[in-house]
Amino acid sequence: MPIEVRVPSVLQSVTQGQQVLHYESPTVRDLLADIDRDYPGFRDQLVEDGELRRFVNIFLNDEDIRFLGQLDTPIEDGDAIAILPALAGG
Amino acid sequence: MPVKVYIPTPLRAFTESRAFVDAAGADVAGVLRDLEQRFPGLGARVFDADRNVLKELDIFVNGQEIGALGGVETSLDDGDELSLIPILAGGAVMTSEQVDRYSRHMIMDQVGPMGQRKITSASVLAIGAGGLGSPLLAYLAAAGVGTIGIVDFDAVDLSNLQRQIIHDTDDIGRPKVDSAADRIAQINPNVAVVKHREPLTSENAMAIIPKYDIIVNGADNFATRYLVNDASFFADKPLVDGSIFLFEGQVTTFIPNKGCYRCLYPSPPPPGMVPSCAEAGVLGVLPGTVGTIQATEVLKLILDVGEPLQNRLLLYDALAMEFRTVKIRRDPKCPLCGDDPTVFELIDYEAFCGSPFHEGAVAASV
Repeated sequence: MPIEVRVPSVLQSVTQGQQVLHYESPTVRDLLADIDRDYPGFRDQLVEDGELRRFVNIFLNDEDIRFLGQLDTPIEDGDAIAILPALAGG
Repeated sequence: MPVKVYIPTPLRAFTESRAFVDAAGADVAGVLRDLEQRFPGLGARVFDADRNVLKELDIFVNGQEIGALGGVETSLDDGDELSLIPILAGGAVMTSEQVDRYSRHMIMDQVGPMGQRKITSASVLAIGAGGLGSPLLAYLAAAGVGTIGIVDFDAVDLSNLQRQIIHDTDDIGRPKVDSAADRIAQINPNVAVVKHREPLTSENAMAIIPKYDIIVNGADNFATRYLVNDASFFADKPLVDGSIFLFEGQVTTFIPNKGCYRCLYPSPPPPGMVPSCAEAGVLGVLPGTVGTIQATEVLKLILDVGEPLQNRLLLYDALAMEFRTVKIRRDPKCPLCGDDPTVFELIDYEAFCGSPFHEGAVAASV
């Protein structure tokens, strides 16, 4: 069972409209690299100088990876990843 | 002694919807006991645990409040008329219009006359009368929130009307605070509206935000979002935050010292990295859903019922039609509310975000 990745609206232009992606990667960092291989430019939207950008949160299941192991947080089959950028609209 | 008793709307659930019932008793206390026995459930709306008449209920005999007569020992004669009248804020007798207007709240155990009184006494500040502010303002007005403040410097534009339902086509060109205030008065003339027709800035925020009980964020730009967050924290006010983009919404409630917007998003995106709704669009009904959830959170906070979205971020995906919540928390390293704070006053948010509070009338109207 692969890892399910929810792509926010703002990044769906990079993923050619895909809202949900499925990957098998050992850590969040590897996951982003794997996605970037298929959808070039994806990782740069989220990562700068090897760290997660500060206006983006990645949730592993319902936990913020900033409070787990950051980008090196291990992930397993069946996990759900949600990428949440700050939204400004009101 | 048979007397006639007027039952107010919120209590008619116990009297088979009858507005007048006959009852017997030598004095007011006797009549109340008679009613209690004949109409199960009514007693709990009349007496407190110590068998005293609830403070939020006034009793009148032939139009005179019993406090001016003999209290519950006021004796009664045949044909006397006794009225049970729930009171609202300020001790004012509820008008029959208000009794009817709020009746669906007052028959709820979770609201009741006391809860409605809390709503009527509450003051709520809406940041923005746009997409999120529209349903928020309409529902808070309908619920009877006593004082509603609106901060918005903008004027109604034709492109707003696809989603900003507090404004009408006839309002194009009018200040949004005026347009919204007019609609609120139509919905519920009992509500006092305070119009703040100005952009919220570091200079005026601490003169406005501390005046209200609850702050609701419907801003359309990051600079204002961080400003409202910091000012609400300094003023020790709960902040119900909502934001939208395309088909997605996020809602959470920040309780001071339990986490804040900076804990969730430590810094804003660089200008141009995240497009605004003006640049990318937003489904018109999306803010309707998100702003209505914010209104729900406000009423729960006022009533002190249920579980606020504290330390939870509600995610709404309109395309998938899914709601999910994720856990969020206070960040001990937060510069505002963390263990070693470095932000002690409002800062220059335009510099912090690298962008102005308002990107012109179009962006600001989202």
